[in-house]
Amino acid sequence: MMQITCPHCGPRAQSEFIYERTVDSVVPLDAAPEQAMATLFARTNPRGVDEEIWRHTYGCRAWLVMTRHRVTNEISATRAVGPEALP
Amino acid sequence: MSRYSALGLLRGALNGQKHWQPAWRDPEPKSHYDIIIIGGGGHGLATAYYLAKVHGLRNIAVLEKGWIGGGNTGRNTTIVRSNYRLEPLHNFYEFGLKLWHGLSDDLNYNVMFSPRGAMFLGHSDADMVKLAERGDAMRCDGIDADLMTRDEVAKLEPLLDMSRDARFPIQGGLIQRRGGSARHDAVAWGYARGADSFGVDIIQKCEVTGFVRDGNAVVGVETTRGRIGAGRVGICVAGHSGHVAAMAGLKLPVESQTLQAMVTEGVKPMINSVIMSQSLHCYISQSDKGGIVFGGDPDNWPSYAQRGHPMVMEGAVAQGLALVPALSRLRMVRTWSGVTDMSFDGAPIIGETSVPNLYINGGWCYGGFKATPASGWTYAHTLATGKPHPLNAPFSLDRFERGATIDETGSGPMPNSR
Repeated sequence: MMQITCPHCGPRAQSEFIYERTVDSVVPLDAAPEQAMATLFARTNPRGVDEEIWRHTYGCRAWLVMTRHRVTNEISATRAVGPEALP
Repeated sequence: MSRYSALGLLRGALNGQKHWQPAWRDPEPKSHYDIIIIGGGGHGLATAYYLAKVHGLRNIAVLEKGWIGGGNTGRNTTIVRSNYRLEPLHNFYEFGLKLWHGLSDDLNYNVMFSPRGAMFLGHSDADMVKLAERGDAMRCDGIDADLMTRDEVAKLEPLLDMSRDARFPIQGGLIQRRGGSARHDAVAWGYARGADSFGVDIIQKCEVTGFVRDGNAVVGVETTRGRIGAGRVGICVAGHSGHVAAMAGLKLPVESQTLQAMVTEGVKPMINSVIMSQSLHCYISQSDKGGIVFGGDPDNWPSYAQRGHPMVMEGAVAQGLALVPALSRLRMVRTWSGVTDMSFDGAPIIGETSVPNLYINGGWCYGGFKATPASGWTYAHTLATGKPHPLNAPFSLDRFERGATIDETGSGPMPNSR
């Protein structure tokens, strides 16, 4: 199990968190249909580091952005999410 | 290739069994093949086998970065069934199920296919309506499905907790009697032996590291054993589809997640069929060695780790114990996990890509093993002719942008909610 540092609550067990989606899959509100389509359905899905949006569902319920390696599960950063998380 | 037979075994018995030969060769890669298949799992090997057998092609290579059958072919719960509600899905898997029924004879290799029945449990009125609807959809296309009463379920599986105050009360079920399980390694080995006998080169420990391009078209692959030219290249790497497709500059509607399974110590026969609950997402069957095999939910977040998460394991086992309380006395002896390529509608992707000469077979989510023969058959057709087989035409990569998704669970483009 991973230990995830919530930007608001500090280090907590992974079981308190739920994965939502990757940062690059958030569709901007003014996206053209083709761009929205590509963003919604296509993923980089790297065998390496990606930025993911998680939620501290069973804690403070806030969203956060996690930078994590998908083979080693090493979490290099977590940060609070806000309007700046949008591409 | 010598044919396996009871007589041959008997003859060998008189000769100290000294007649055994390797079941496939270990060739050096040639400089060019008509068709290269990336990935030596069940699907890749089946594709090579049907390319040779059905389409008469011979200059084919299967490239495998590790050893054949060492990925998801060796990491699943070996359940075989075709009981899907949506027409493109059940027609595809039913074609596969028919191939499963003749597979051991066709390959001259015992894949130990055991049609012991695949049963979905219904836990509520809503579940029973859903199961009846699914069964009706299947029967309309000539696929066997029987709705079961509570008593029939109890008779088939006496160890299920049928009490009224059970954690997950059982109201009935839906059974596909021609479904069951098979031996995973034998599927990979049988197809490998069959393909090799037609002259297909199965090249292990050969990882693809890039594509050779002529303009936009793919004309070969770079590997850890050198450059190999190819007329057509087929990606067939399950969980690693995104990784390999990225080498060709493609982004797929796929997210890789970990799926776990686990097995107990061997015991005498106690589970007669394959018990599944889709409301819970729990699978229980008994292997031929006697171990009780459990499967559950994927780990619901992206991962290539090939190792699972105890929390998810606990969930699967808790569900299993609630359904069959007698399992609580058994010890778990092994757990394992594979990297599943969760597609964005839950259905597979088989067909051409936007890159000329490059084809894709992936997005199997947690349902790839049962599809092995159908996947190989239709992918072989696609690679040989450049056009989809009618059965895999609905599963094209461009269906997402056309809005023609095949979403059995109706959960939308969110692999983690599937």
